[in-house]
Amino acid sequence: MGKKNLYALAALTGFIVVLPLVIGNPYYLGIFIFWGIYSLITIGLSLLIGYTGQISLGHAAFFGIGAYTSGILSTRFGLSPWIGMIAAIFLAAGLAFVIGAPALKLKGHYLAMATLAFGEIIYIVFNQWISLTGGPSGFGGIPAFSIGNFSLESDFSYYYFVWGIVLFVFLASINLIHSRVGRALRSIHGSEVAARCMGVNTSGYKLKIFVFSGALGGLAGSLYVHFVTFVSPGTFSVMFSIVLLTMVAVGGMTNIWGAITGTAILTILPEYLRAFQDYDILIYGAVLLGIMIFLPEGLVLGVFNIMRKKIILREVEEEKLKLKKSR
Amino acid sequence: MSFFSQLLQYVFTGVAVGAIYGMVALGFNIIYNATGIINLAQGEFVMLGGMVMISLTTGLKVPMILGFFISVGIVTLIGAVIERGAIHPLKNPSVMTLIIITVAASILLKGGAMFIWGKQTYTLPAFSSSTKPISFGEASLNPQTIWILGIMAASMIVLAIFFNFTMTGKAMRACAANKLAASLVGVNVKLMVLLSFALSAAIGAVAGIIITPVALMDYDRGTMLAIKGFATAVLGGLGSNIGAVIAGFIIGLMESLGAGFISSSYKDAIALLVLLFVLFIRPGGIMGTTGEEKFKK
Amino acid sequence: MNPLLRIEDLRKEFGGIVALEGVSFTVIPNIIKAIIGPNGAGKTTIFNIISGIYSPSKGKIWFKEERIDKLSSHLIAMRGISRTFQNVQIFNNMTVLENVMIGCHPWTRSGFFSCVFKTKGNYKEEKKIYSRAMELLEFVGLADKRSLFPSSLTFQQQRLIEIARALATNPELILLDEPAAGLNARETIKIAELIYRIKEEGISILLVEHDMDLVMDISQEIIVLNSGRVIAEGNPREVQNNEKVIATYLGEKEFVKDKKP
Repeated sequence: MGKKNLYALAALTGFIVVLPLVIGNPYYLGIFIFWGIYSLITIGLSLLIGYTGQISLGHAAFFGIGAYTSGILSTRFGLSPWIGMIAAIFLAAGLAFVIGAPALKLKGHYLAMATLAFGEIIYIVFNQWISLTGGPSGFGGIPAFSIGNFSLESDFSYYYFVWGIVLFVFLASINLIHSRVGRALRSIHGSEVAARCMGVNTSGYKLKIFVFSGALGGLAGSLYVHFVTFVSPGTFSVMFSIVLLTMVAVGGMTNIWGAITGTAILTILPEYLRAFQDYDILIYGAVLLGIMIFLPEGLVLGVFNIMRKKIILREVEEEKLKLKKSR
Repeated sequence: MSFFSQLLQYVFTGVAVGAIYGMVALGFNIIYNATGIINLAQGEFVMLGGMVMISLTTGLKVPMILGFFISVGIVTLIGAVIERGAIHPLKNPSVMTLIIITVAASILLKGGAMFIWGKQTYTLPAFSSSTKPISFGEASLNPQTIWILGIMAASMIVLAIFFNFTMTGKAMRACAANKLAASLVGVNVKLMVLLSFALSAAIGAVAGIIITPVALMDYDRGTMLAIKGFATAVLGGLGSNIGAVIAGFIIGLMESLGAGFISSSYKDAIALLVLLFVLFIRPGGIMGTTGEEKFKK
Repeated sequence: MNPLLRIEDLRKEFGGIVALEGVSFTVIPNIIKAIIGPNGAGKTTIFNIISGIYSPSKGKIWFKEERIDKLSSHLIAMRGISRTFQNVQIFNNMTVLENVMIGCHPWTRSGFFSCVFKTKGNYKEEKKIYSRAMELLEFVGLADKRSLFPSSLTFQQQRLIEIARALATNPELILLDEPAAGLNARETIKIAELIYRIKEEGISILLVEHDMDLVMDISQEIIVLNSGRVIAEGNPREVQNNEKVIATYLGEKEFVKDKKP
């Protein structure tokens, strides 16, 4: 990890620690918790899509699997949420392995369609396996996490719990990117054939990162379900997979920092656009289309690059003027 | 109802739905052949076809036949606008970008439809004045099914004439075979890309209009239609139009028979499982995983 | 001497079109061997089969007495065969240094766990990778460009990155696919020098190249391929005097040029 990343990470940590102390409003605290939970999935997606170059249009399914596993185990079976969380991670990872092993042999559009179909199938199962999932209306009464006798029911404590996990995963991901494995992942994006000829087991790495991102989805699902204490399939539709993709795209796919910033923008901003609540699909569509056409590097880096270009152009113009004058 | 009548009944339903899947698959093929793009917004064209038709005929009281052509025209225009607005401006887009762009276009259209028509489900009167089902023993055939098959056959014939006997159609086929060579002999490749989007939007719209009287329509239908249409296209061999039609009937029948005899709750999953199955079993046959494909280009 | 690479009766079809037929040859250790032939003769196809990108329709390949024709690419790379590509396949999403560091993949071990937690072993290995990559960038003369992205470099420099990357795998055999294509005379001489220096490191080089002057100058053995078949094999002088070869290249002045002693 470079010094730049270290400082940025320290700044982010500081920001996260101070944020709820400055904005004490419990409503916003809830939104910041969702920001953290979604960030876990988008970090995984950024590694998968932005770094390894493998698309997934079905990640909401892993989120859902995590949520239902954790929810069902802690209600029907009365198990501790912690066991639910571990089961959620492993079940999501296992499912990612089963679906990823054949799917990641596919490329481009085929992979997109396979993951989309997978997401739809899981969504159908959530809706139709009524005896287990409660069907379209879902079920509630899911307990919160607790450490010993200390319950994490309050938003304040849950915020730090969730963000502790997010920051840990984020640090781990940054480490991963700047390592032997991270280079191998990026080489697959660069040229899969060349990567293989340099001794990189491309199918192995693709599967590993897919399973990792699936496991993160499962973890996020568990954190989600013990926070909202209620679960229904609507949350895990294919539309949510696309919202996650939009978050990654807005932040900038090829940069892990984009996952956190993009998620922040698309989690916090819609709260200010309450009037448009019903038309959120329209807005997501427009945002995603606009970003892909005009700012493919993402909002932050894209705007930054445009500004820099403008400044450079202005400097060039000034130099030209000076030259003219001196002549 | 006897087993045989029941079977016949499911076959009737399956054929009608299968025809629609076949037409969605045709839409995929047209764009894929001309550009190599899989347009994930394909299902939205079907939804829009149905919705626009509903507004024209039940809202504005436009006569059926006129409404049909105006609806197809409007959706065709939307297809062209998508190409000009979202595909055309890209310079050397990666496959990843194209996937995300068409996904974005898809939810933009879906959102637009929700904005205009809301979340209600709409219906459309059947094409024949007599809506009485035709009886075959205890099974009955909805006259709309005959319309669906007839219009599908007519669309196929029009497409075949277009691709085989008109200059533009031949140029599009040339594009499909070899873009570079086509451009060298003076084919305007960019125009052909535009045309392919327009044409596949048109055929999607036709499918949407003819299915609405039996299947109803709402803003949210597109994604599922797109995936099932893609499953059809892949099963039939991507790019093959005859394959698309046959595969459409196969998937339609599997779906209605599966829903009838096994479980109706997982009806929608059948086409998806077929898609995964085909993709996973013979990915090599479909897209050459060894990388040889990529290298030969 | 035991051959390093032995190819026996290789055949490759693409959908009914025969690209290679009955191709057999060996590569001994520490040699520069060239494969020449007209366009479409199947030269690059041989490379793609050796490196496991294509699987042969028929035939066997041994590397150091081990069958490798059924192995996948990354395993072949780990056995000690590395390559470059005709249409440069560089990782544009990584810096020049990182491109070369990828080459160190086959002989390093750090997995997910040690990379995520930056274990001591990982730290040591990362240092080794860095110094080896820097050494190779010095070797090809691109050390000062290490933190740039390849897209900002010239075509020749990208070629050199590919060569450094291939060397980083610590190969015993390196396949160079048209290393001099598109280069001017001065750059070609530099490439020739570099290929010599690679050989001095004890590495065998199998070379596909169209520049006949370069091929005749540096290679000790030459295989001539036409329409997927080997039509001649020998040292540069033998090949130049071979009638079949002359017939194949008839009219191509470059070849008949006064290379004869």
